[in-house]
Amino acid sequence: MYRFILRRAVSIVFVLFGVSVTTFGMVVFTPGDPAEIVLREQTAQNPSQEAIREFRAEHGLDDPIPVQYLDWMADVLRGDLGQSYYHDTPVTTMIIRRFGDTAELAVAAILVALVISIPAGVISAVHTGELPDHASQLGSLLGVSMPNFWLGYLLIVVFSLYLELFPVSGAGTVRELVLPAVTLGSGIAAIITRLLRSSMLDVLEAEYIGTARSKGLRERIVVYKHAFRNALIPVVTIVGLQFGYLLNGAVIVEIVFQRPGLGTLLIEAIFARDYPIVQGLVLVIAVLFVVSNLLVDVAYRYIDPRIRFDGGTR
Amino acid sequence: MTDDRPLLEVTDLQTHFETDEGTVHAVKGASFTVEQGEIVGIVGESGSGKSVTALSCIRLEEPGEIVSGSIRFRGTDVTTADERRLRRMRGQGMAMVFQDPTTTLNPVFRVSEQIAEALKVHEDPDSQRLLDYLHVPPFSDRSDWADKRRRAVDLMHEVGIPNPDERVDAYPHEFSGGMRQRAMLAIALAREPDLLIADEPTTALDVTIQAQLLERIRNLNQDLGMAVLLITHDLGVIAELCDRVIVLYDGEVMERGSVDRMLIDPRHPYTRGLLECLPQTTPRQSRLSSIDGEVPDQIGPGSGCPFAPRCEYAVEECRTGEMPRVRLEDGRDAKCCRPEVLDADPAEVE
Ligand SMILES: Nc1ncnc2c1ncn2[C@@H]1O[C@H](COP(=O)(O)OP(=O)(O)OP(=O)(O)O)[C@@H](O)[C@H]1O
Ligand SMILES: [Mg+2]
Repeated sequence: MYRFILRRAVSIVFVLFGVSVTTFGMVVFTPGDPAEIVLREQTAQNPSQEAIREFRAEHGLDDPIPVQYLDWMADVLRGDLGQSYYHDTPVTTMIIRRFGDTAELAVAAILVALVISIPAGVISAVHTGELPDHASQLGSLLGVSMPNFWLGYLLIVVFSLYLELFPVSGAGTVRELVLPAVTLGSGIAAIITRLLRSSMLDVLEAEYIGTARSKGLRERIVVYKHAFRNALIPVVTIVGLQFGYLLNGAVIVEIVFQRPGLGTLLIEAIFARDYPIVQGLVLVIAVLFVVSNLLVDVAYRYIDPRIRFDGGTR
Repeated sequence: MTDDRPLLEVTDLQTHFETDEGTVHAVKGASFTVEQGEIVGIVGESGSGKSVTALSCIRLEEPGEIVSGSIRFRGTDVTTADERRLRRMRGQGMAMVFQDPTTTLNPVFRVSEQIAEALKVHEDPDSQRLLDYLHVPPFSDRSDWADKRRRAVDLMHEVGIPNPDERVDAYPHEFSGGMRQRAMLAIALAREPDLLIADEPTTALDVTIQAQLLERIRNLNQDLGMAVLLITHDLGVIAELCDRVIVLYDGEVMERGSVDRMLIDPRHPYTRGLLECLPQTTPRQSRLSSIDGEVPDQIGPGSGCPFAPRCEYAVEECRTGEMPRVRLEDGRDAKCCRPEVLDADPAEVE
């Protein structure tokens, strides 16, 4: 187990090195001189050569590119993601402040997704071809095909403007979390429901399910213990890969509901060409992605004892 | 319970499967009994309906359907029993060991857990709570489960799994085929059944392990008085272990009776064919595949005697008529329309 995590950690270092180079390169190779753009933005007029020189010196933009990269990395490793071009707050602090809001949204969305998809997927498989199955299939089709922004606006119109049950926007309280979490969660719920249904259908055919029934176990235990645990194996693999979808979705949902968070921070920074923030965020998101994949791998190995932590299968 | 009743009484059982090609008549009117404490063998070629018959008895015939007939176990008809009765029957009366040990244990649970579950069901088939079986802390009695796991280890010892103490935490993939089949036997024994149905429990195993496992089953029968319905291809196994034998062909019982008599003096042409192609030197590994012709496909009800196309005595009547059951001496009987071929008294035709 520890050796497995250690080995994964080493490969993660390489992945993150690649990510950092790409992130850094993205800014260096973007056309346009950030100094000029940012200064024009700040002062609303064409900046003087002197101001540009000063800005470039202050932000180390005149050093050779490898030196800039090493400087940046040295800071990053110390937890310093640099300084925003516009704000006085360090990027690290800005990200930490907004991180909680996004994490709250993501966790709530996953909860919503699990609460909907586990019963829906299982019931759908147990009652194939019957009414609950058709209902859940239709629901998940809608969930998969409806874009987040559209569902978000729809929910706002119905539940905020018309029924006045939930606020249109904001963050902090549970009431403000409900609609964004449902918006983001329903898409994931739809994916998990479909996966779980087909995986359950496969597993319910297996002979060990016959063994479980032959013991005299009640059907509920056969389904939710013996079949479900096996059906989770392929589901967990795919859901792990959905983490990117979750972050993508969070960005859109935060914009629709005007929630503070990493998504809105990223969009603001991109429009303002505030590259230190963009760089920092992309790096943080990459780290989150890699770590979440590691967690999924650990969970996967925990669910399926045939896969051992030292690598191969028997 | 009345003691003069057989433990298991199958009457005119018919089990069908609906498939894209049509209705498969897997079992066509099989009738037989198993008495308390005896070992009854079912023998027949591959596809003759042995497994489907056994599965029907424990009501796991799905996706098949029992379309007619009755199966009485300890006096109750299990074809009409509700879920609750079936749970009780499976937990406290009838247990089955399946054909292929590689796929019959759940890969994600410890073997000891799977045996412990069987002990738990046996103790109380009526109140099974999901959260208890999922080991969710406040709803699950940890010490009770720990106790069951200890007894599971004892059972592993009993069925001959080596070093059971070291295998408390083992998963099925860490077991050999023979050990898995023993584990299946332990799961069955955990329920202290009156009837053990063993569907070719040894076909996937090598010869020495086969012999050990069969010996184990024989001992259980002798020591605990557990009745056994043993399904096999292998007439050698039948000769060694069984009291009575049922010869199944294409879903129908061709001949049934005591093993001793039938092996010396087979009457039905099919049984004779079976015995003739048994090589005298290695009876243990014989397969019943050397009678000329092939097992018919079982789509549609068929007419006449299913063996007629391969039978040297077949006449026109065999291909179209109803096959009567003919009583032979010593309580045996055979299904055939030609008493003279069976060397039987024509008056004994039903
Ligand atoms: N799930 C199923 N769907 C369709 N047909 C089935 C199914 N299970 C069994 N059958 C059919 O029922 C018939 C009897 O099968 P069964 O498994 O009982 O044979 P068997 O005597 O146990 O053979 P073997 O010695 O190979 O185990 C076969 O024709 C088989 O094709
Ligand atoms: Mg079979």
